[in-house]
Amino acid sequence: MNALAPLPTRKAEAWRYSDMDAVARVWPVAAPQRIVVAAGESQTHTLLQDAPDGASAIHDYVIDVADGASCGFHVLNIGGKLGRVTFDVRLGAAAHFALHGAIIGGGEQTLEIVTTVSHAQPDATSEQTVRAILGGHATGSYLGKVAVARDAQKTDSSQSFKAMLLERTATANAKPELEIYADDVKCAHGATVGELDKSALFYMASRGIDPALAQTLLLRSFVAGVFDGIADEQTRAQFEAAALAKLEALNAR
Amino acid sequence: MLQINNLTNTVGGKPILKGLSLAINAGEIHAIMGPNGAGKSTLAYALGGRPGYEVTGGSVLFTPTSVRVEPGRDMDTPTVLDDARTERGAEPIDLLALDPHERAAAGLFLGFQYPVEIPGVSNLQFLREALNSQRKARGQEPLSGGEFIKLAKAKAALLNMDMDMLKRPVNVGFSGGEKKRNEMVQMGILDPKLAILDETDSGLDIDALRIVGAGINTIMRKPDKAVLLITHYQRLLDYVKPDFVHVLADGRIVKSGGPELALELEREGYAEVLAA
Repeated sequence: MNALAPLPTRKAEAWRYSDMDAVARVWPVAAPQRIVVAAGESQTHTLLQDAPDGASAIHDYVIDVADGASCGFHVLNIGGKLGRVTFDVRLGAAAHFALHGAIIGGGEQTLEIVTTVSHAQPDATSEQTVRAILGGHATGSYLGKVAVARDAQKTDSSQSFKAMLLERTATANAKPELEIYADDVKCAHGATVGELDKSALFYMASRGIDPALAQTLLLRSFVAGVFDGIADEQTRAQFEAAALAKLEALNAR
Repeated sequence: MLQINNLTNTVGGKPILKGLSLAINAGEIHAIMGPNGAGKSTLAYALGGRPGYEVTGGSVLFTPTSVRVEPGRDMDTPTVLDDARTERGAEPIDLLALDPHERAAAGLFLGFQYPVEIPGVSNLQFLREALNSQRKARGQEPLSGGEFIKLAKAKAALLNMDMDMLKRPVNVGFSGGEKKRNEMVQMGILDPKLAILDETDSGLDIDALRIVGAGINTIMRKPDKAVLLITHYQRLLDYVKPDFVHVLADGRIVKSGGPELALELEREGYAEVLAA
């Protein structure tokens, strides 16, 4: 994606569930942010996408993780009319990439995490965990492609996406995609979409917990753990507080 | 304390309770027995306000009593738990007009036949939120973390429950018996006026049954409290002696008596006793 790129359409797989009107308002978008992790190095990054209401926020990352290097990324995607975060990751030999993401949306928001992780060399590992909570008419999507090249034997990759719909009007899209040319690999993927457990809500009510608090407790437990791996305590607290505030805003409506 | 008049309800459009009346006074323990499908659990859920258990007629008045417990007499209750409920007098509440969480704050406790698992929420966090929600609804100050832990420890010990289990997610990975003991720990902490215990004895071995029975007696056998035990079997009643026993069949109380009625049912079966 660069300044000369034509406006994409929903015919393109990576844009299938996007909000093209919102995209058009900010197109063309800036060139993707490049992250290079040199051989043997280890980096961690975070993105708290909390753009103002109505905004179109598109964050594209191209990440090169060299041989034996490791990159961890934590993303909380909650802001804007459109909040789109994409990762194009290329892994060297024995490199590692971990994505931990949460999407929390309501109203008319479209929030998406789109990833392509290319295992180009042997022995690399990748893990992606994304949790989504969606209310109102929000759409939350995880499109995750893992490509394993012919030489990338012993690749170990996993993708886990779980979504919780607070109302029947909300939408979750999950599309893990595997493209494997090597024969000795492990590529796990799983996706579930569910609703709040009604029997748990009544159980909590029967103990005196009001519906709004019960919902918040259940939702907090649903996303709990996504940000556990953020090493910097202050950043972790900031992510947890932003997630909680967004959950409470969803509840208050 | 509880006055149920001609209660009718439906579940999924099907009539279950068909004019049930029952009066429970403070200080009393009542047992409801009955064949499968009589409506025993439905009664518990209807009183608790479970969605889907629609009340179609009748009334339920709940009167949390105003009997005062002398300071120092109730050794296992910390003094911080001085009870604002007792100062409100004894106005009957239209129970059915309240939401489930408001019924709990008014002093109703529902012991579940199948306690629900809540992954990711610890027992301690759950109970502290529950207790402080109830206290807030009654205009009381919340308990601090330290006060709460002290209370939780005391009640867990009463039921022979390990504090480690209180730190685990609510009911997750608990055995059937552990879940039932956990219900009683919750009852001890929340300190209700009226407990409706739905087959609290099912899934318990003999030792657990004795512990749970003793727990019910310690927590609820008080002049300002009452219990409605729903059970299939006589065996729990060996440990928790009821003052009254009722037989529920086809959505109504069809027979009432003293503890001897439970023994008669055990000996002769529902069909025989109901036919008599």
